[in-house]
Amino acid sequence: MNMTITVNGASHQLDVPDNELLVDLLRERLRLTGTHVGCDTSQCGACTVHLDGRAVKSCSLFAAQADGGSVTTIEGIGTPGDLHPMQRAFRECHGLQCGFCTPGMIMRAIDLVARSDGLDGGAVRDGLEGNLCRCTGYHNIVHAVLKGQELMGGNDE
Amino acid sequence: MYQFNYAKPATVAEAATLYANAEDPVFLSGGQTLIPTLRQRLAAPTDVIDLSGIGELSGIAVGDGKVTVGAFTRHCAVAESAEVQAAIPALADLAGRIGDAQVRNCGTIGGSVANSDPAADYPAAVVALGATVRTDKRSISGDDFFRDLFETALEPGEIITSIEFPIPDRAAYRKFPNPASRYAVVGVMVADFGGNVRVGVTGAGPCAFRARTIEDMLNANLSTSALDGVEVPDAGFNNDLHASAEYRAHLVKVMARRAVSDLLGA
Repeated sequence: MNMTITVNGASHQLDVPDNELLVDLLRERLRLTGTHVGCDTSQCGACTVHLDGRAVKSCSLFAAQADGGSVTTIEGIGTPGDLHPMQRAFRECHGLQCGFCTPGMIMRAIDLVARSDGLDGGAVRDGLEGNLCRCTGYHNIVHAVLKGQELMGGNDE
Repeated sequence: MYQFNYAKPATVAEAATLYANAEDPVFLSGGQTLIPTLRQRLAAPTDVIDLSGIGELSGIAVGDGKVTVGAFTRHCAVAESAEVQAAIPALADLAGRIGDAQVRNCGTIGGSVANSDPAADYPAAVVALGATVRTDKRSISGDDFFRDLFETALEPGEIITSIEFPIPDRAAYRKFPNPASRYAVVGVMVADFGGNVRVGVTGAGPCAFRARTIEDMLNANLSTSALDGVEVPDAGFNNDLHASAEYRAHLVKVMARRAVSDLLGA
């Protein structure tokens, strides 16, 4: 089907198979490989992106469902020279081990912080229910999200 | 994934026509069960009919003693709705604890209810609150809606348009979540309508049901101690790798008691 999608601010007109997943559109078609696929069962959250401002699992949506929508991926939130505050926080707190889950963690964390006022560690853990870290590095991830909350301050993404 | 034809109708009538003219169609709502199922090749529909383009299916209205939730309303919208939080806090609370945040940002109430997953949360509320399920063809009482494992009173091609929840004086929902999926191993909603108590249970059996014995005991004496001697037979309960039928029967008692405790404390 023919569709229009805005990804990281750029509009794309694409002709995609009816059964293409959003994550495949992002990775295979637009070569935005920062969005990861960690499982085949919709459980790990590594593929989390923002669709119209909310965190969603891009492996559990058809590209067609995002027709007319606006997607932000990990590539769209900062640059190597100008990281997003949440990316800085993950770097400063060493909120990663192998790093595979990190893009999904960061995208979820930004949405979580933007929709809350004043998260504590428990609320961060609850809020990250949909993201798995197979290194089990959760402790520093929670630290990083709390730090990211501080760094994001009044700024939105 | 198998091939299929995707369509995104703009009206309920158009969706119903597409369904009627397709060989082996399926409706797509939030997709949080259907899409993983398709990815695993556990289903092979010829046509996927996406209901997301039908504006009339979304939205929340409170009035006339009830909360009406459009079928395509996502879990996050119910959880975050100030109107739902004020009218039926237990319903907003339930919606806010379905799956995880990403699932709640996509999943819809109509999809959840139509699927009748034995471990889904919303069915407990439909049963406990005595909701009415409105479709493009008729109204179905919540008591008659859930029939069996993934089986409801819906006819093929019938589309849920909204669900009406009568507003109770007070209600509470407690669930024992599976730690991986956050599905309810057992979930119990207790609702008090002016001294008439209704109890809905999900997770325990093939589909959500009213726990009449517990209702009778609570109608005689609305307190946690009223349930001290309650017997919950495990006959017909789900028995799988997550929990035995016996354990689920025990959880029904524990979750019911906790829900009553929450309800009385509210």
